Amino acid sequence: MENYTLLILLLAATIRVATPLTLAALGGLFSERSGVIALGLEGMMLGAAFAAAAVSAVTGSAWLGLAAGIGAALLLALLLAFTCVSRNGNQVVAAMAVNILVAGLGPTLGLAWFDLGGQTPQLEARGQRFTEIVWPGAAAARAHPVPGLIYAELISGHSLLVYLAAALVPFSAWVLYRTRFGLRLRAVGENPQAVDTAGISVARLRYQGVLISGALCGVAGTYLSTAASSGFVRDMTAGKGYLALAALIFGKWRPYPTLGACLLFAFTDALASRLQGVPLPLVGVIPVQFILALPYVLTVLLLAGFVGKSTPPLAIGVPYTKEN
Amino acid sequence: MSPPATPARFGRAAGIILQPALNLFAALLLSGLLIRLIGENPLRAFQLMAAGAFGSSDAWGYTLYYATNFIFTGLAVAVAYQAGLFNIGAEGQAYIGGLGVGLVGLAGGHWPFWLVLPAAVGAAALGGAAWALIPAWLQARRGSHIVITTIMFNFIASALMTWLLVNVLIKPGQQSPETREFAESTWMPTAQGLLAKLGSTASAGPLNLAFPLALGACALVWLVVWHTRWGYALRVAGTNPAAALYAGISPSRTVVAAMLCSGALAGGLGLNELLGVQHRISLDFPAGAGFVGIAVALMGRNHPVGIAIAAVLFGALVQGGSELSFDMPHVNRDLVVVIQGLVILFCGALQSGLWKRRRQRRAA
Repeated sequence: MENYTLLILLLAATIRVATPLTLAALGGLFSERSGVIALGLEGMMLGAAFAAAAVSAVTGSAWLGLAAGIGAALLLALLLAFTCVSRNGNQVVAAMAVNILVAGLGPTLGLAWFDLGGQTPQLEARGQRFTEIVWPGAAAARAHPVPGLIYAELISGHSLLVYLAAALVPFSAWVLYRTRFGLRLRAVGENPQAVDTAGISVARLRYQGVLISGALCGVAGTYLSTAASSGFVRDMTAGKGYLALAALIFGKWRPYPTLGACLLFAFTDALASRLQGVPLPLVGVIPVQFILALPYVLTVLLLAGFVGKSTPPLAIGVPYTKEN
Repeated sequence: MSPPATPARFGRAAGIILQPALNLFAALLLSGLLIRLIGENPLRAFQLMAAGAFGSSDAWGYTLYYATNFIFTGLAVAVAYQAGLFNIGAEGQAYIGGLGVGLVGLAGGHWPFWLVLPAAVGAAALGGAAWALIPAWLQARRGSHIVITTIMFNFIASALMTWLLVNVLIKPGQQSPETREFAESTWMPTAQGLLAKLGSTASAGPLNLAFPLALGACALVWLVVWHTRWGYALRVAGTNPAAALYAGISPSRTVVAAMLCSGALAGGLGLNELLGVQHRISLDFPAGAGFVGIAVALMGRNHPVGIAIAAVLFGALVQGGSELSFDMPHVNRDLVVVIQGLVILFCGALQSGLWKRRRQRRAA
């Protein structure tokens, strides 16, 4: 019984950790499928986290915060798209530039505006955060833990953005595989020449791919600063953008496997905080750091082809120049 | 082919000096706008930064101490870049290279310094190279994208070092995750000590023997990459892998060799940071220098001379930036990170300018 409760709580924590990862990884999916490397997820997420928390703190509205988060991430995405698509700049360098720029910009503006050492004020008032939504009957369901706790902890009790992330997975799969736009987007990441020959603008599609990744990172960042915590702190993404990219690679550039990878990585994270100093049968205490490093090790192994094979879009990272 | 980015009459010098200067100017201009937006005076801010970085012998000492780290990581990024590889893993390689340095520092308490120094240099190179080996091998043999694997290895290095410092190397009976202090006989001689011997009482900050070592590394890279057959092979493989293959140069061997050199150079950071200043292994001592190395290499055009100059510039930015925060409470060191990001953007990604030239469009 106690183990059952622990497991449910662990899974509930997994869902919360997986939400920003999934949103960012889905964003990365659109960018990478169009042929633009999604290394900038980290920066766009961090920028959104700052903008959302700052606007929510000033206006008192989490929804305006969300709009600001998405807006900030879109601006950064626009900068990336301009550099990588219009100017044919090096995509890796451009993304690193954005990541580093944002890492400095958030605390700089934060210090200037709020005078709290680079943080934003704590979001305490009602409506400043995306708080947990308790579904009808969740409290009553707790009385019968065996099916009830699943309803109360896993289905009910998350913020709106969690449900949004969950809904975006099938939606992304539908867009990518069942719409004309999705077909073209996937084609432009594999063979831009062919798309160009068909009279479709390669640049336009890549702009769209990168901007979608910006919008989704905007939601992910907003979740971090206004739902998972109550305010922006320095470097609050802490590598989650890179982890999302790893999940995307681990998910072989497909929506559902990517969701699976995000859940797996989130589970290791949730597990690590549970297992801190707890001895396990047979193996003893597993150092937390080893569990935390697991997603990265797994991704390297996958990239090396030791655990299955993950093939990136063919034209990824290559700027497209029209020949005539 | 596209025409040269600068008018021909300025020639080569313009491409080497004028363009980075213009890019730097653009980055500083935007930073100035940001400072203005914050409500401070940009000119005064830059004046304060310059004074903080170059205003006294102490300031120079700090500037060159930061520059030492950036020379090592900048060279690391550049050597890989010359071979056509983008090494984002200098941070992790510096971390593990530093572990090697630190182990020598811990073990070498009774060794004479002439033995400590080569052992530490060797350990730094070995540690850094070891951490670059797996991504290099995976790139060469299995085609795994080196950008992704080196990022992953940064995180793995961070986890490994945290574990080592918390559980294995921690000084017994202490809370903070760091080792005991190295014996004083293993410390790098400081510029301060040299000045004292010469009869001067001037302060020279934390500047130490690692700085001339870094300059030596610059010379070595220049010599090896530009003046040996092996370096030539490296640059050919980086510029045109197909041509390299036809010329009998093995691309996979070149990839591994270049990355090993790159990692070894990144490891040099530990000499400055651990043997020179901290005298113990502490958590996250590279402190982002691996990423500054990207900016330094791009701005220095991946050439040792350029890197040395760019490293001093970034050292000045970091030192000046921390001095600035004393005088302008609304500005902190993060501003330097913004400038760093802008420099990478302008020098690395938008190096051909913000606007398409007509000429280029017609030629394309």
